[in-house]
Amino acid sequence: MQVTSSVREPLVTGGKTVHDVTEDICRQVEGKPSKSWMLGVAVSLVALLLGAYAVFMLLWEGIGVWGLNKTIGWAWDITNFVWWVGIGHAGTLISAILLLFRQKWRMSINRAAEAMTIFAVICAACFPGLHMGRLWLGFYWALPLPNAFGSLWVNFNSPLLWDVFAVSTYFTVSLVFWYIGLIPDFASIRDRATNKISKLAYGVLSFGWDGAAKTWSRYESVALILAGLATPLVLSVHTIVSFDFATSVIPGWHSTIFPPYFVAGAIFSGFAMVQTLLLISRRVLKLEDYITREHVELMNIIIIVTGGVVAVAYATEFFIGWYTGVEYENYTYMSYGAATGPYAWAFWALIICNILIPSTLWFRSVRTSYMLSFIISIVINIGMWFERFDIIVMCLSRDYLPSSWAMFHPTIYDVGVYVFTLGLFFTLFLLFSKFFPVINMAEVKSIIKSSSSKQK
Amino acid sequence: MESNKHFVLGVYDDEDVLLSAVRKVRGSGVKIHEVYSPFPVHGLDDELGYKRTRLPIVAFMFGMLGTSLALTMQFWMLGYDWPMIIGGKNFTSLPPFIPVTFELTVLLSALGMVGTFMIISNLKPHGKPRLMDIRITDDKHIMAIDLAKNNLSQEDIKSIISDSGAQEVNLKDF
Repeated sequence: MQVTSSVREPLVTGGKTVHDVTEDICRQVEGKPSKSWMLGVAVSLVALLLGAYAVFMLLWEGIGVWGLNKTIGWAWDITNFVWWVGIGHAGTLISAILLLFRQKWRMSINRAAEAMTIFAVICAACFPGLHMGRLWLGFYWALPLPNAFGSLWVNFNSPLLWDVFAVSTYFTVSLVFWYIGLIPDFASIRDRATNKISKLAYGVLSFGWDGAAKTWSRYESVALILAGLATPLVLSVHTIVSFDFATSVIPGWHSTIFPPYFVAGAIFSGFAMVQTLLLISRRVLKLEDYITREHVELMNIIIIVTGGVVAVAYATEFFIGWYTGVEYENYTYMSYGAATGPYAWAFWALIICNILIPSTLWFRSVRTSYMLSFIISIVINIGMWFERFDIIVMCLSRDYLPSSWAMFHPTIYDVGVYVFTLGLFFTLFLLFSKFFPVINMAEVKSIIKSSSSKQK
Repeated sequence: MESNKHFVLGVYDDEDVLLSAVRKVRGSGVKIHEVYSPFPVHGLDDELGYKRTRLPIVAFMFGMLGTSLALTMQFWMLGYDWPMIIGGKNFTSLPPFIPVTFELTVLLSALGMVGTFMIISNLKPHGKPRLMDIRITDDKHIMAIDLAKNNLSQEDIKSIISDSGAQEVNLKDF
């Protein structure tokens, strides 16, 4: 049957058959690693090792090695935490919310996006742990274990404890969701494996999957319910992260706008990171037929929407900062004082990276260009880091008491721990792209008939 | 080892042909053991006469367990076991307990449902699948008929499967 559409582009190009999908996706797993992959791993490992030194020094000496002072007690640690958690959100959004909306275009990109979520949350989880300094005591401070260090139980009234539950639940559910999706694909690799180690490894990973219709039926129900559970979870996690600030009394932090605004910002930055990774992956792993211009454009459209929400939130914050007439509000991260004061560079970096440059995506020629999309996605990642930095450092630097006003200067250990997580993230992602199927084969196979260019 | 289970396998490479084949084969009175596919084929469970899974109920039950566990834990720890004054707040108050309650509800619901799915579907790390055909995980759909569970002869079953649009008809013993 020929299926043609004048309004929809094919989701898989190149006239692929179901067997081609298996061949194309398994090629990376079965073949020898490419030179570009080896180079990527080498660079990531260097970053990881350099960063590991900073982490070691941090644990050895305590958080005094960071540039924190009496006024700015949180800086790069929590900036990076919120940034990484935000990046993680797009993966679940693509796999859960777009699944509920029956968006077939997510099928080529959901696997890599979910992997990104898992690794980003691992990186995020490093910071609340490390920022306690004495990591080994953190178990008693963060988990409801009986202890004798003071309070016998943890404080369930504290947003910081809510964070622990939110991030660990988010990580666990995302991991389960991701793994369930991987099982049928591991079975495909298992059945093609030629050497003993692959047979054994993918045999264990595939959990004895045999593709029975009964199992597929249950599997689809499980995926749908997990999507239904993960969707409010995504919203809750960043909402709870925003409570770390919103329930405090620091000017600029105790904003009721934070929960929805943080969620929109998270999706904005998460999609930007997915875009960055997929544009590299499609080229390096030769997946041009599966991640097409259509995918890139649709991703960019979501970036425009969420970027728009974020821009409106900035404007609202700026307006309210002025409209309240409260003098303390005049140095919050979105205020006249921020735009003209000593942190003006950070304020304008945020405006340029998050509003002005992404606005060019309104032009079709920009949002369908691979190169420009790639550049803009990196700019947005930088911009969102500045947003978190501005919220945390800028608001803390000017509190109610002018005598305690201060500036923050990062040390090499602040930078080093961030580099550590970047190295960790890219190392994990590269290992994933070599040993795991980066595209959900089973799902893509199910749409080949209706969405392939063969049918055009 | 002597084999004691004998199957006739119909091999299909198109999901629409498979769906109509299942209808035809069941219509001619043949009992289908199972159909194996490389991807989920929508409508196949209906054609095979499978009932809707009760996993959503399992998810709900585990979710409720999570809610009860979270509320009991928080009220007991902060309200009764070791009450502490923190910022002048009440020892036990529901609103601050909601985030942790929500998270544990979702966590137990997801883990409980997935665990149940794994158990009832016999998915385990050391699981050895009984593969009818190696191409099941690539591009072929396989319809398996257990000869012991059908009254028709092997030749009759083979011809019914062949007429249903199967590309190949094979035999498999376990």
